[in-house]
Amino acid sequence: MPRKTLYDKIWESHLVKPETDAPAILYIDLHLVHEVTSPQAFAGLRRRGLKVRRPDLTFATMDHSIPTTSRSLAGFDEAAARQVRQLEVNCNEFGIRLYGLESSHQGIVHVIGPELGLTQPGRTIVCGDSHTSTHGAFGALAFGIGTTEVEQVLATQCLLSRKSKNFRVNFDGTLQPGVTAKDMILALIAKIGTGGGAGYVLEYRGSAIRSLDMEARMTICNMSIEAGARAGMVAPDETTFQYLARRDFAPKAKAWDDAIARWKLLPSDDDAAYDQTVSIDVSALDPMITYGTNPAMSIPLSGHVPNPTNAADSSALKYMALQPGQKLLGHPVNVVFIGSCTNGRLSDLRQAAAVLRGRRVHSSTRVLVVPGSFEVKRQAEFEGLDRVFKDAGAEWRESGCSMCIAMNGDQLEPGQTAVSTSNRNFEGRQGKGGRTFLASPLTAAASAIEGRIADARQLVGVL
Amino acid sequence: MKVSARPVFVRQENVDTDQIIPARFLKVTDKAGIGRHLFADRPDLRVEPGHPILVAGHNFGCGSSREHAVWALMDFGIRAVISTAFADIFRQNALKNGLIPVVVSPETFALLNSDAALTVDLPSQTLSITGGPTVTFPIDSFSKICLLENLDELGYLLKHNSDITAFEQRHTS
Repeated sequence: MPRKTLYDKIWESHLVKPETDAPAILYIDLHLVHEVTSPQAFAGLRRRGLKVRRPDLTFATMDHSIPTTSRSLAGFDEAAARQVRQLEVNCNEFGIRLYGLESSHQGIVHVIGPELGLTQPGRTIVCGDSHTSTHGAFGALAFGIGTTEVEQVLATQCLLSRKSKNFRVNFDGTLQPGVTAKDMILALIAKIGTGGGAGYVLEYRGSAIRSLDMEARMTICNMSIEAGARAGMVAPDETTFQYLARRDFAPKAKAWDDAIARWKLLPSDDDAAYDQTVSIDVSALDPMITYGTNPAMSIPLSGHVPNPTNAADSSALKYMALQPGQKLLGHPVNVVFIGSCTNGRLSDLRQAAAVLRGRRVHSSTRVLVVPGSFEVKRQAEFEGLDRVFKDAGAEWRESGCSMCIAMNGDQLEPGQTAVSTSNRNFEGRQGKGGRTFLASPLTAAASAIEGRIADARQLVGVL
Repeated sequence: MKVSARPVFVRQENVDTDQIIPARFLKVTDKAGIGRHLFADRPDLRVEPGHPILVAGHNFGCGSSREHAVWALMDFGIRAVISTAFADIFRQNALKNGLIPVVVSPETFALLNSDAALTVDLPSQTLSITGGPTVTFPIDSFSKICLLENLDELGYLLKHNSDITAFEQRHTS
């Protein structure tokens, strides 16, 4: 028997029909739906007179284009409001559970899936959103799909798919204080490039992954797509099981014991074969920050902007208004955004709050703190983190994607620079003409205080 | 499916789908007229209309899964995109909409210029360069059949209804 990887095992256990000349028919255990990439899919169903095959395996929320200033759509962007109302109509008509603006379970789709216990080891999970890779942190096979595929999954609970190759990413060693999961994944993407994972499913392994909590593992899997990978995964372990225990949709009683027994069989076999391997020793890792216009363009926080080696790099530096050789520490910052499906969970807000507690945001800097879900917001407020942020002079918002995708009016002005805990620094991503520096919540919070790109370790000592 | 034209160029590498169509244009519930937002914030990337073949830099279509990027290109009149590599989700979305993703070697890519007309022929999987070579390109065999015979993937999946039901009965998740 050939040894199998975690990915091989989940792939094989979801084959309705194996791959031949035709792609495999892959069964989907969980389909997450949001307002932006689903309307045309529901319209397609209607045109063909089809139903949703498994409304019980389909869950919807609204996150991308909703306001974060209030829970009301009154007076909000009419196009966005129409799209949100269309999702309500679609979910109602097709019998899909919707966690809408009034729901206490509303939030960014990749934050609420895990929170509700819907995201479970061994499952296949899809959503019309590239950051669906987040759910791989639980040892699920999770990936983003287009709207045509959303329609196919709604109608058949299946996808046509070809198997990807296995890519082993070893993170060994021990993180230094003040260095986080965000820095690990930025370092990996810098190493393999924005297309380095294309055609692969990444499996994150090694001692440094094992010692991360679930939220940090989600941060890493979340950005797998920024290396072009189909998905990113971490084998489930006791940390995974403890996170899931007693969550709303987690199995209970005997079903829980059965699930644990099943989940323990998922990790890759010893000596399983991988098509590609990369290793990073995190002991030597510094906090990372991007300087360019894709997530692979990152350097250690204390580093200098490298010399461009091609036309694309030169145009990125021009867009970012940076000079080769320039230090990033001390670079002026207009806006700090703390949130997103990458770093908008409770542990991220705790880290940011630890830096901001008892300090003031710089007078020239605007700071948005946007919890990833209603539940994250509730817990943060229970811990008093909202007071820390507000006392420091930051804006404390309602949950949503907000300035990560800048669809809802939360956005940069042309020429503004932002330190952002989100996942993409593409040109105009956070607002036309805006310049984004991606970094960890610690770096973002330190930069908020200084009004310049700053190192949290120098500000508050060893965290 | 055969497209012949002098190509237009987006030479930059790693052009992500946010550049192809910015997020603020995704607040739609249909696909009508979406081509007018193509490269909305990137005048430097905009191309002349009326040229159905686009030549694009390496790793075209990376980033967001938005199918709107493919819809915008199609609505603008693009029928084939040639590059040395496409991002996975973009390629999938392209194939499902009849936009032909043509992957060529860097050597072939270097031969492409706006003066030499190109022919992309899906049945023979060839790219012909006027005054230059004809090369073959890879394409998923199933997607090719679907495109050439106008077969519908969802129809194919629906035909497997009994297999899906049987799978559901034996499957634990």
